[in-house]
Amino acid sequence: MTYQRPSFRHPELPLNELGYRKKDYEGSLSTLCAGCGHDSISAALIQACFELNIEPHKLAKLSGIGCSSKTPTYFLGNSHGFNSVHGRMPSVATGANLANRDLMYLGVSGDGDTASIGMGQFVHLIRRNLNITYIVMNNGCYGLTKGQDSATADKGSKSKAGSVNPFQNIDLAGLAIELGAGFVARSFSGDKLQLIPLIKAALAHPGFAFIDVISPCVTFNNNVGSTKSYDYVRHHIDATATFDFVPLAKEITTHYSAGSTQEVKMHDGSYLKFNKLQKDWDPTKKETAVHAMHKANEAGEILTGLIYINEDSKDLHQILNTNSRPLNQLTETDLCPGIHKLEEINKSLC
Amino acid sequence: MQPTNIKNPEYFHKVVDCQYACPAHTPVPEYIRLIAAEKYTEAYMINWESNVFPGVLGRTCDRPCEPACRRGRIEAEPVAICRLKRVAADHKADVKKHMPSAPFPSNGKKVALIGGGPASLTVARDLAPLGYEIHLFDEQVSGGGMMRSQIPSFRLPEEVLSEEVNFILDMGIHSHFKTYVKSLREILDKKYDAVFVGTGAPRGKDLPDLPGRWDAKSNIHIGIEWLASVAFEHIHSIGKKVIVVGGGNTAMDCCRTSRRLGGVEVKVVVRSPFAEMKASPWEKEDAMHEDIPILDCHVPKTFVVEDGKLKGMTFEKVHAVKDENGKRSLVSTGEPDVFIEADDVLLAIGQENTFPWIERDLGLEFNKWELPSVDPVTFQSTIPSVFFGGDSAFGPKNIITAVAHGHQAAVSIDLYCQGKNLNERLHPMVNLVSQKMGIHEWAYDSKIVDDLRYVVPQAEKAITLKDRKKEVELGFDVQTAFKEAQRCLNCDVQTVFTESRCIECDACVDICPTSCISFVPNEEEDALRLHLNAPAKNKNQDLYVSDALPTTRVMVKDEDVCLHCGLCAERCPTSAWDMQKYLYQVTKAGSCSHIR
Repeated sequence: MTYQRPSFRHPELPLNELGYRKKDYEGSLSTLCAGCGHDSISAALIQACFELNIEPHKLAKLSGIGCSSKTPTYFLGNSHGFNSVHGRMPSVATGANLANRDLMYLGVSGDGDTASIGMGQFVHLIRRNLNITYIVMNNGCYGLTKGQDSATADKGSKSKAGSVNPFQNIDLAGLAIELGAGFVARSFSGDKLQLIPLIKAALAHPGFAFIDVISPCVTFNNNVGSTKSYDYVRHHIDATATFDFVPLAKEITTHYSAGSTQEVKMHDGSYLKFNKLQKDWDPTKKETAVHAMHKANEAGEILTGLIYINEDSKDLHQILNTNSRPLNQLTETDLCPGIHKLEEINKSLC
Repeated sequence: MQPTNIKNPEYFHKVVDCQYACPAHTPVPEYIRLIAAEKYTEAYMINWESNVFPGVLGRTCDRPCEPACRRGRIEAEPVAICRLKRVAADHKADVKKHMPSAPFPSNGKKVALIGGGPASLTVARDLAPLGYEIHLFDEQVSGGGMMRSQIPSFRLPEEVLSEEVNFILDMGIHSHFKTYVKSLREILDKKYDAVFVGTGAPRGKDLPDLPGRWDAKSNIHIGIEWLASVAFEHIHSIGKKVIVVGGGNTAMDCCRTSRRLGGVEVKVVVRSPFAEMKASPWEKEDAMHEDIPILDCHVPKTFVVEDGKLKGMTFEKVHAVKDENGKRSLVSTGEPDVFIEADDVLLAIGQENTFPWIERDLGLEFNKWELPSVDPVTFQSTIPSVFFGGDSAFGPKNIITAVAHGHQAAVSIDLYCQGKNLNERLHPMVNLVSQKMGIHEWAYDSKIVDDLRYVVPQAEKAITLKDRKKEVELGFDVQTAFKEAQRCLNCDVQTVFTESRCIECDACVDICPTSCISFVPNEEEDALRLHLNAPAKNKNQDLYVSDALPTTRVMVKDEDVCLHCGLCAERCPTSAWDMQKYLYQVTKAGSCSHIR
């Protein structure tokens, strides 16, 4: 068994603008099953953070419990990390974000961790619009406990043992839109061309950004009859658009045919450029987004790509009008300004 | 691109850079693994089968394998392949019991070998076990040719050479030493079934027209002749001040030998710039380590002789200028000529072929360079029964090339003597075996170490300069040899891809440390090389392209900097990737009569 990746890398790989190599964004060698979709998502996260020139120490990874929640060990080894309690990552993330609003927050969760045990926390996280990129590595089963159907398993999907799931599935992306999330996307671990720009856009979005990534469980849910197998997803995938995330002050290099493109300007000045593949769909209009998802569901297709974006999203700090300086930087003199300040306040109340 | 045909034996052979670069195609990683496993005898035998002189070559080889080594493309220096070979030779147990031992049942055919160097000895070794009666002729007192006469003992101890020469002579070879063959006609008249000429490139070049050349003859020597006289103990000393003219490995041997025979101020003077000298970098280093300055960009102008005695030489200072076609010429710097004092001058400016003993009316064709017309594949001359090999065939090269020629000439002679077509040569023997032992276990050591190249220890200069026969290099001890062997990337353990098993999960792409693997739409090669996860700029290295996968993409692996770490195969859930050990062996004489 190989426990360590060799230290050599391709000698001609470029450095990013910070002078870091892609290697500087890697983590330990994965101990997930060979072929797990989660590893591809990890690789996409590494690539996205490398390309976005994120300083590794300016990012915190938070996760719950499950195969998905193990993955933060396998990427961004130089960033902060917190592997929390099952389904309770949102609380920890909220606390961390309130204490230090200067960090970027990346929440990593699974379908069990989010749609079952963590559902309560998940919906409140959306309600509060915490500034976090929340990725669900969705394989439709409990891989860590030998592959029982999870709450996102589609009705009628067949397990490896042959039993058919009798229950309605929870559509996390649909739920997120319904609850008012400002950035909702769905992708597939096997489609990095789509996933990497989605992650970049999600990280740039100010507020709750949700990506539901279908990530096949190669050990327990990659069988014929499963709706989350590599084969099934590839055959039923339907994208909202091909698109490109254009960071601030970068030239557009992708070519789009006229008439089909749309731009969404992001909060920080960067923007997303779309080449739409869906009719009657506008990612900035909630009702068209919901409609497109329903239509795809009825056709038995899996709609991927950015589904909905609200560029005017206000995050928790804006809603609460908190101090612009992170709490962890406020000193005792800031927090206890003294008797004079108290007297001033008292006077103003008279 | 079309899918790669991995059934072509040359495809995977080319991935094993060292073996591919070796003229004799020695299976390098195979023997390096055996050295790491302390199986020195087995490592020696792999070498012996392929290159005949492991002990000699482990000290003196020109090492075409090392510049080719993949390790040199991912870090500063290649694996010390050559010196690891020496480890196998130094630590081997009884190897003779593994070699074919005489007497062999006769096949009734007689072959004459002219010259006793590496090419002839290789032919002898390959043919003797098949029952050929081999007659070897050499003018010297013992076998080895230029390995004995031109390579000084401080680089190649006589006992090492003699042991390996004797392994062959003991196979019932009829050796005729101290016998200078004066006439090819006489040999042909003796009705040998075939004749092999391996007489090397025995004539050292001179500077006959340089002023003063013939006024101080006794102190101006031809390098290779002088080295031979030292080796055969006709010369025991040299003046205190010595100039060695020339920049090849012979010049390095001349200057270092001079230091051991009394030369105190020994200088190497060479026309070309230092970086363009023909000598191997390590041989230049060794010379400089022995306090021998190398003066480059000095063109010989005159020998200075006073009262019939050599005083030194004058040189014109030049610098290299390249014209628009990239052709280099040496142009005078305009500085005054340089005078260098010398008691003796050694000329080591190259050597050439000469065949005064071959009558020109025998039907043996010579080309305009006075080299025999020799087929580059069969080594046959225009007289069907006469074959050439080594330096005598295509001009001066090196020992390992001579050995490679010898093997092919032996195949031809064997075919010729059986009346078969010389061009119907057998393909190499190849074998491709999975190394999988368990889910994450391989039969080879797949771990990649970060160690930098280890330096071979040398004996104290104070000791080696006093004794011409004291070997300078001490060789790796077994602990260092193990560590150096671990640097080998096992490039012969191939990444074999089976597209029918691939589910395109990207696990191999994600894990590959050197970003070799991509799944992309198929294109023509030049476009494909630009659209991979890492640019594939090294066009000497192939792209391994699969057939179309279900998504219509293809798997493309750039072989260039693959570490052969096996992680792609470890992370592959369906064993679409497998690590398979590829053994490629050049077919030798005698394999023709039966299928292996």
